[in-house]
Order: sequence, then C-alpha cells, then structure tokens
Amino acid sequence: MRVSLTVNGEKRAAEARDGESLLTFLREELELSGSKNACEQGECGSCSVMLDGALVCSCLVLAGACADKEVETVEGLSSGGKMHPLQTAFLKAGAVQCGFCTPGLIVSANALLKANPEPSDAEIREALSGNICRCTGYGKILEAVHAVAQGARA
Amino acid sequence: MSVTMRQRVRGTVGESVERPDGAPKVKGEFRYASDLWEQGMLHGATLRSPHAHARIVSIDTAKARALPAVRAVLTHEDLPNEELYGLMKSDQYPLARGKVRFIGDPVAVVAADDAQAARDALKLIAVTYEPLPAITDPIAALQPEAQPIHDRGNVIDAIHLVHGDPHAEADVEVSGEYEVGMQDQAALGPEAGLAIPDEDGGVTLHIATQWLHEDLRQIAPCLGLPEEKVRLVMSGVGGAFGAREDVTLQIHLCLLALATKRPVRMTYGREESFYGHVHRHPAWLFYTHGAKKDGTLVYVRATIALDGGGYASSSPAVIANAACFAAGPYRVPNAEVWSIGAYTNNPPTGAMRGFGAVQTCFAYEAQMDKLAAKLEMDPVALRSKNALKDGDEIITSQPVVGSEPVSEVIRRTNALPLPPAGRASNVELPGGAGNLTLGEGVVRGVGFAAGFKNVCYSHGFDDPCDARVRLERDADGPIAHVHTAAAEVGQGVVTVQLQVARTELGLERVIVDNADTQIGSAGSSSASRQTWMTGAAVKAACDLVNAELDRRSRDRGVPRDRLERLLDTPIEHRITYRHGPTESLNPTTQNHGHVAFLFAAHRATVDVDLGTGLVKVVQVATAQDVGKAINPVAVIGQLEGGIAQGLGLAVMEEVILKDGAVKNASFTDYLLPTTLDMPPVVADVIEHPHPDAPYGAKGVGEPPTISSTPAIVAAIRAATGRELNRVPVRPDDIVFGTVAASSWRIVPGQDPRGAVRK
Amino acid sequence: MTVHVARDLDDALEHFHADAGAELLAGGTDLMVEVNFGRHRPASVVAIDRLAELKELRRNGHVAMGAGVTYTRMLEEDHGSRALREAARTVGSPQIRNAGTIGGNLGTSSPAGDTLPVLLALDATVALRSLSGERRVPVRDYMTGPKRSVRRRDEVIVSVEWQDAGEAQTFMKVGTRNAMVIAVASLALVADRSRKRVGIGLGSCGPTVLAAHEASRFAEGLFEEAGWDRTLAPSEAARAEFGRLVASAARPIDDVRGTAAYRRHVLAVMGARALARVARMS
Repeated sequence: MRVSLTVNGEKRAAEARDGESLLTFLREELELSGSKNACEQGECGSCSVMLDGALVCSCLVLAGACADKEVETVEGLSSGGKMHPLQTAFLKAGAVQCGFCTPGLIVSANALLKANPEPSDAEIREALSGNICRCTGYGKILEAVHAVAQGARA
Repeated sequence: MSVTMRQRVRGTVGESVERPDGAPKVKGEFRYASDLWEQGMLHGATLRSPHAHARIVSIDTAKARALPAVRAVLTHEDLPNEELYGLMKSDQYPLARGKVRFIGDPVAVVAADDAQAARDALKLIAVTYEPLPAITDPIAALQPEAQPIHDRGNVIDAIHLVHGDPHAEADVEVSGEYEVGMQDQAALGPEAGLAIPDEDGGVTLHIATQWLHEDLRQIAPCLGLPEEKVRLVMSGVGGAFGAREDVTLQIHLCLLALATKRPVRMTYGREESFYGHVHRHPAWLFYTHGAKKDGTLVYVRATIALDGGGYASSSPAVIANAACFAAGPYRVPNAEVWSIGAYTNNPPTGAMRGFGAVQTCFAYEAQMDKLAAKLEMDPVALRSKNALKDGDEIITSQPVVGSEPVSEVIRRTNALPLPPAGRASNVELPGGAGNLTLGEGVVRGVGFAAGFKNVCYSHGFDDPCDARVRLERDADGPIAHVHTAAAEVGQGVVTVQLQVARTELGLERVIVDNADTQIGSAGSSSASRQTWMTGAAVKAACDLVNAELDRRSRDRGVPRDRLERLLDTPIEHRITYRHGPTESLNPTTQNHGHVAFLFAAHRATVDVDLGTGLVKVVQVATAQDVGKAINPVAVIGQLEGGIAQGLGLAVMEEVILKDGAVKNASFTDYLLPTTLDMPPVVADVIEHPHPDAPYGAKGVGEPPTISSTPAIVAAIRAATGRELNRVPVRPDDIVFGTVAASSWRIVPGQDPRGAVRK
Repeated sequence: MTVHVARDLDDALEHFHADAGAELLAGGTDLMVEVNFGRHRPASVVAIDRLAELKELRRNGHVAMGAGVTYTRMLEEDHGSRALREAARTVGSPQIRNAGTIGGNLGTSSPAGDTLPVLLALDATVALRSLSGERRVPVRDYMTGPKRSVRRRDEVIVSVEWQDAGEAQTFMKVGTRNAMVIAVASLALVADRSRKRVGIGLGSCGPTVLAAHEASRFAEGLFEEAGWDRTLAPSEAARAEFGRLVASAARPIDDVRGTAAYRRHVLAVMGARALARVARMS
C-alpha cells in the first residue's frame, strides 16, 4: 500500500510491503539507512526515531499505519553539511566506536535535551536506557550529552 | 629532523584524535554491511538444522525452486567440490554434507527477489533427518567411549603443561571447581554481506569481517576458485569482539552470486545471529593452589575443560591460551595444567575478547581470594607479593620481559578512590526502578582481581601486516594515503593509522584508504594486536617514504621540509611487518611462545540486595598497562567498553542451552548491560613502553574483559558471603547459596579423559 | 495485509466487526515483534492509535483511563495511582513507554504485563465495546490464561476504570537488569484505607496475574486492628507471615528468566517489604 508521510520536514511517499515496519520502510523504500536494525523487537534502540514528536522504536511501528505522520530520523539532525551539537559532541568525546548504536543514541539524546535541557546524570541514564551500546560502556556517551547540556547553558 | 615537524602537526600519536570515520557515523551516513545495496540484487536466506546431531537422509528442494521469486536453492549437492573450511581445523562443509552437528548448522541457502520470498522458500525445503544422540556435556564428549561427532574423535586439542615440580611441598592448599557459562559477543551490527559476480567468473564480496585474508583463504577453495578471482572489500563493521573471526555467511553469499549471476545480499536477524556465529567457550575449571605460610605461591594444578561445540573454529588457540594463562600474572614456580577442548553438539564456540584467558582468570582469581582468606592475608597484598616482575617466568617457562608493570597495575588499581558511601537516589539501588528496596537488605562489597594475556598471535603463528603508504601532492599540497587490510571494527585502528602516518610524515593531510584484499594481509583484528602490528607496519612504510624523501632532498639540494618540491612524482612504499618469532607450544619448556603480555587489574564495588539477590555494580576502578596510549580517549573507550562486557558475564549474560538449543536467542532474554546497569569507571592508564612495539604501544582491547568479571564476583562474595563459583551469577545463587558442581570427579592437574562421574 | 486507520471509535468497531481476520494495532510493541519475526502475519489490521476517545483520562474519585493511554502518560499524568506510576516506570524503555498502552497490556494479557497486577490490586474494571454494545468485566475475571482473556474477537478495549484507592499503594518488580526487562516476578499492593480493602496482584508467577486472597485478608486484619486511618509499622513476624501468604498464592514455573523456587522466595521478600512500606503510608 502506498504510504505518504513527512520525513525530516519533507513530504515523502512510497509503497509499503505487507507488514513492513517503519524502520524497513525508511531504510529500503525511502533509502534513509541511518536508522539501524539490530534486534527487530524494540530491545536495542538502534532504530530510534521521532514519530509525531515522540521517541519510538521504528521497528515496532507498522509503516502502513503511518499515513500523514511526521517522522524525524538521524539524517534530519544534520542539514546543509552542518552537524547537530550532539553529533559534534559525540565525536569530540570519543563516544563513537563501531557507531552502530550512534544514530539511535543521538536521536534519543536529542529527545531528552528537548524535554529536559539540563538533565542530571541519573536522568540521562534513564532517558538512554533503551539504547544499547556494546562498544563504549556508555561513559563517553554520557560525557557527550552533558557537554551539550552545559554548552547550551553557557 | 622529524621532531621539528611533529610539533607543528596536529593529530599525532599521543593525542585524542577524532576518528576519521566519525562524521559519517554520527550523521547516519556510514555504510555498514547491512546497509549495502546494489541494483538488481537478490536476497539470501539460510536453512538451518533443527537437530543437534543428525544424519541428513534427503533434501527435497523442488517446491522451493518452483516459487517464481526464487532464483537459486543450493544444498551440498550444488557445492563445486568437497572442500572443508575452518579457522584452524578444516572441519566444516559450507553446507552440511552427511551430518549436521549443531542446532543451526547450515543445510541450504536460497536467493530470491525479496527477503520475504527467500524466507518463504526456506519453509518449502523438505529435509529428512535421522536424529542421532546428541552430546552436550564436553567432559562426557572427551571420554573414550563417547560417540564421535567428527571422524577424528571429539578431542579438538589437549595440552598437558608441566612446570617445575607440581607436587612440591606447600603449607596451605585451596581447591575449587568453577564454571563459566557461554557468553555471546552480541555485536550490534548483524552478520551481513553483499556478493557481486565478476565478469571473469570470479566474485567480489563486500563483507564485515575481522580478517579479510583469512576469509579469502577459506572462501576461495570452497568456491573452486583461485584466490585472485575472489576479491574482498571491507564494509562497515558494527562491532566484532570475535564474532566475525570465522566465516559465517561469506561462502554462502558467493555461492549464490555465482549460481544466479546476480548480486546477492544477506543479513541475519538477531535470532539467526545467535545461531550464526561462534560464542565464547563455556568452561569447567578444576583448580588446586598451594602456597607457603607467608603467601608465596608454590604450585598451581588445574584441569580446564572447554566446550568447543560442533566445529573447531579457533578452539586450538583458546585451549592453548587457557593453559598458558592458567595461573595468572603471578610467579608460580611449579604447575601442572591439562587444558582440553571437546567437540559437542552445542553451538560452535570460538573467539571472544579474552580468548581463554577470561575463563581461567575467573578461576584463578577466585582461588587467590580463597588462599588469602585461608592465610588471613589481605587479597591485594597476596597478589602484590606474587606479582610477576621483569625476568620472572610464566608457567610455560617464558620470562616476561620488555614491559610488565604487574605490581604497579595492582597498586594503582587499589589506590583509585572508592565511590562515595550511599547513593544519590533510590533508583540506584539493586533492582533500580523495580522499586524493591529503599535500602533494606542492601549490603556493599568490594572485590579485586588481576589478569593477563598475550598480545599478537603466539606459538609460531605468523601474523604479518602489510602496509602501503603513498605520498604525493595535489592542488592543496602534500597528501598521504595509507592502505592496509586492517579491519576497523570500532576499536579505532583506522585512527591509529592516521595518527602514525601524521607523526612519521609530519603531515596532517592523511587519508586512510578502505581495507580490501588488493593489499596483503594485516592479520586479524583480534588478540589486541592491531595497534602494535598495523601501527608498526604503517610506521615502517613511512620510514621508507621518509628515507626516499631524504635521498631526494640530498640529491636535489632541496631542504627536507619543502615537501611540495620533493613530490613532483609520488613516493609509494609497501612493507610487510612481522613481530619477532615465537616458538611453537612446548608443554614443558618454552622461552618465547608469546610476543608480549598485557596486564590489568580491576576493583569492583557492588551493592547487593540480600533479599532479592539483585546486584548493582556501583563502580569499577582499573589500572591497565598499555605500553603507550596512542589515542588516550580511544584507550578509555576500550577500557570502559571491555568492562561492560566483563560486567555482563559477571551478572547477566549467558546463552542458555538445553539439549543443544539456544533458549534465549534474542535481546529480550540475552541481557546486555544498559546505561542503568553500567557504573562509572575510574581508570588509570599505565605506560611502560615495550621496546619492540611501535612507540612502545602494546595493545588495549582484551584485558578490560579479563579481570573485570572476577573482580565483580569477588565484590558480590564480599557482600554476601556466598561461594559463587559460577558466572554469570544469578539471583538464585545469592539467595540460595547454590554452588555449581560438576557431575564428574576430576582431580586438578589430571587428564579429564578417563574421569568417572560423581 | 490491509491496514485501516480508524477515524473514530465507531469506525474502528465497524471494521473490526466486519473483518473476522482483523487485529487491532495501537502502540505495536507486542504485535510488531510477532510480525517482524515472521511468527504472525494478520491478514488485516485496524489501527486505533489515533482515536481520541481512547486517550481520555478522567479522575474524580473514580478514574477512567482510556485504552490508548501510553505508559509515558501513566508516568506523567494524574491518575492517582502511585502503584501504576511505579509500574509504568519499569516498562521497557522510553521508546516503549511512548508507544505502549494500557489497552495493549490488557489486550496481550500476558501474566508478565506490568500494569496488570496493579489493575487487579485496584479491583479495576475493563470496559469492552463492540457493535452490540458495551460490556464491563472486572479485571479479576478478565484474564483466563497466558495471553488469553474473555475479550471476544470483535470487542475493543475502550477503557479501564477503578475507584481512587488513596496513597497507600506500591508496585515492585524483580528483573535481572535495570531496564528493558520482563518481570521475573512482580507484586502490586493497594491498601484502600477508605474502603478498608487490601488488593494484591502478582505478576509473572502463574498462568495469569494472580490475587492473594489469604494475604489480603491477613493484611486487612492488621489494618483493622491498628485502625484504618492510622499508619502502622507491622512487626517482623507479621511482615514475614504476609510475605509467606503472598508467596503461597503463586503458581510459578521454571523458565529462562527464573526458577519457581526463586520466584516464591522473592515474592515473600517483596510481600514483607511492600506491607511495611504501604502500612507507613496514610
């Protein structure tokens, strides 16, 4: 079935296969492969996107039910070659190793900072508890989020 | 002369340089193997055995072939020859022939127009099996009367190591049985690749792997092709930790591409991934330690039984490592170790970060704590007393020389500040938001452990690294390209190459080209070896480039630092770097089986809720010996990430097997630590440069996973008084005091073959 | 697979009634896992995630929570149930909490559903609607087995309702990880001081969520003796006895997440602690 929706501020439309998740729809039909598939069941957060302003796992969203919805993916955070402060902070802090979890983490961290611009360490941990990283042990990721929160404060 | 240039160049060795692949990764533009796409590509899928052990009676693919969207269905009958493959022993057919040996053993592969059609086709392949009795106990598999899983019998390798007089007299003795469960690497990037048939009858394979050339060595014969016709190109890797050291879908993809003459992509889902790659070896370890009254270690006797699963993979090296590192980073004058790995009908096991040294560290560090308790000695003091010093021998008789700051590692770990008492909020208590306690029943404990292993490959295994450096000028000035086949799996070898080239050439504009088989092998991204090996290879290639620049400068009378004038024509040099030779494993005496050693210690602080048995790790402190930190931030990243994996093995990660079937093949029930499980890490990086390593940099990746697990368990023991001889520790073990007991009567230091059941 | 995005509740009911193979889709956190793994492919889906009628939350001594209320809203909005808020906090992750709904928890009807022990302890009622009308089923009668309920094929859960039960309530959940974990065992305890009633719900220790009637009566006895309008500090013996009674109501099994023995043990521990905690609350 044909699905029309807004992705990163742009109207997009494509054929969704039977039972296709929003994640697969974004990656295969809309060629936005920034959101990743690591578990297909909402247990890792690699597929995190914003859907109508709420952070969700796109692997658990049925593409066919997304008509006219608004989706923001990691690709929408950098525009015109300019990186989002979180992206810059992740790089500076050494929070990226294999990077597979990184898009989902950046989307989740962005959702957090929009709702809570000065989160405590505990709040950051709880907000990112749906994003698994296997490489970093999270230390540098937390540093990066703190750095952006402090930078925004300054 | 390069000293002056180095001061002006940014991003050199010793700085925390941003990764060159970082920007694409944070923007979601970096292409992992699962992001590969090619016009007209087909989708592959794999049919796997549902039986742990069975004879294949017949395979009927007619219905699957009849589906309009299906372009190929392959079984062993379609293999071009009867070649076997394997990392160390060639014991596996690309598609099962005759027998299947584990639940998940690949039996057929399909290529179809879309992923769903490929999956539908699998359901239509009818395989008739004759189930055979399955052996899932490795010690049972070792016994002479056990049914052979492979023709050559069930012993993959057996090492009997004897050092000094294993029965020398001691004042005190402690013994124990220990069990290590099966851990999974759980790299987030699933297995994936894309194979494209070439016009010359060959094939190009885009693949996420740890060792391009080793894959090539196994793939080409199975395709019936010469290596020159099989080209491998590194695609983005979503983590490895050992899971990509073996061939998984490489041969399948190439076979399908060649059969259909179309590009074929295959990606494993998470469940299939659990079946599709090797895991860490589960182990039973039986130990006896003897010491003098003053704590001086006298002997270690150990029997280590490793479950190798259905195929050998890198078991021989894991078995050898377990033997070599069986006694810990201590001076042990007498030892006897049997380290033996068995084929079973469990899923195959192989490389995972730590590689045999993890399992033994859990056992010997538990033993050291038992000894300390019996001697009424402080556990850290006991370790310091026995710590290896320069020139001391490990139990293979190899002296540790060059860089071995064991005492310092122990001392500095212990000196790191403990976390503050109490917690900031109730959600930091064991159980977190589960709201189980407001402090009632919670006890804090602290534990300590030290560990070590080799860096680089050992026992005569030649693991050279090729590097090519090309220096030229373009419109913007001098630029260098570095090309190696080193697999960037997240650990940062791509950044190391960048930093080394900048340092040696005195140039910021350096590009690290993508790894492929157009250049010679870099060896595996494993054994913590890439910093040393690829770093040294790139450095050596730069040396040749610099020598030629020196020559041009002299010949032309042009100052050495005027690079644009010296680069009217490019300079390119390729070199093969080898570490010093090592001797093959000799069980009684061996001066140089390993290139060098890495040491680390960990101190863990945990809170345990004695009522529920839940654990919260509050802090892990570590001092680790790296030789030289090429990239300090990246080193910390490796330490913290490795500790997370050690924490996982300590308290939550286990592939649960029942009769050879994985019962928890998903992230719902194979639990990885989240941000709410992983504590802050306090780290102290120790640099004692190794004279043979580039800049003295030895390696980083594995020690964080080796002694972190036993430190956490020791902390839980301190809090609970429980014995805890098994990892991962379960809440049951804490509340009920369950002790894992082997069903076999095994005396430490004796061959487990011929053992009787208790 | 056809997807009908329902415009309003009547539209949803009509489509759902007419199409025997249709399944409801709200947050997708249960259904999509089955679809992604190829375990289940409904022929058609009625998406009800946009229905405003299902998203209402009203509280005025009586709470009516629309089936479409997400766990995030259960955390952030005023429904008066501390235990429900505590349960919502333990569900999955922020991503799951933004999508998953209380209606989904009831629809899936798993004994591990985190809100279900709370709803049982609150003595809540499920409102089901079909084209034939509305039916109200007490939560205690609603679940019939693992992932089975009395909901008829063409019924849509529209809301779940309960009487405000006061402040004295708590929810506890045991899991071997601090986030994204399915309960090994869970316990909801509600001491409704004004109605003089103690409600208990046990999760992940039986084929359905379970009540613990003997434990409830025992606790009611304690409150009666001390005075329902008083806080109290139960003795260690009373706490232990309550815990024992809670555990004895469970029918746990061994599975990959835990053993029956551990579940019984930890239910007793949770029971003892929950009683002490709730008895201190006014």
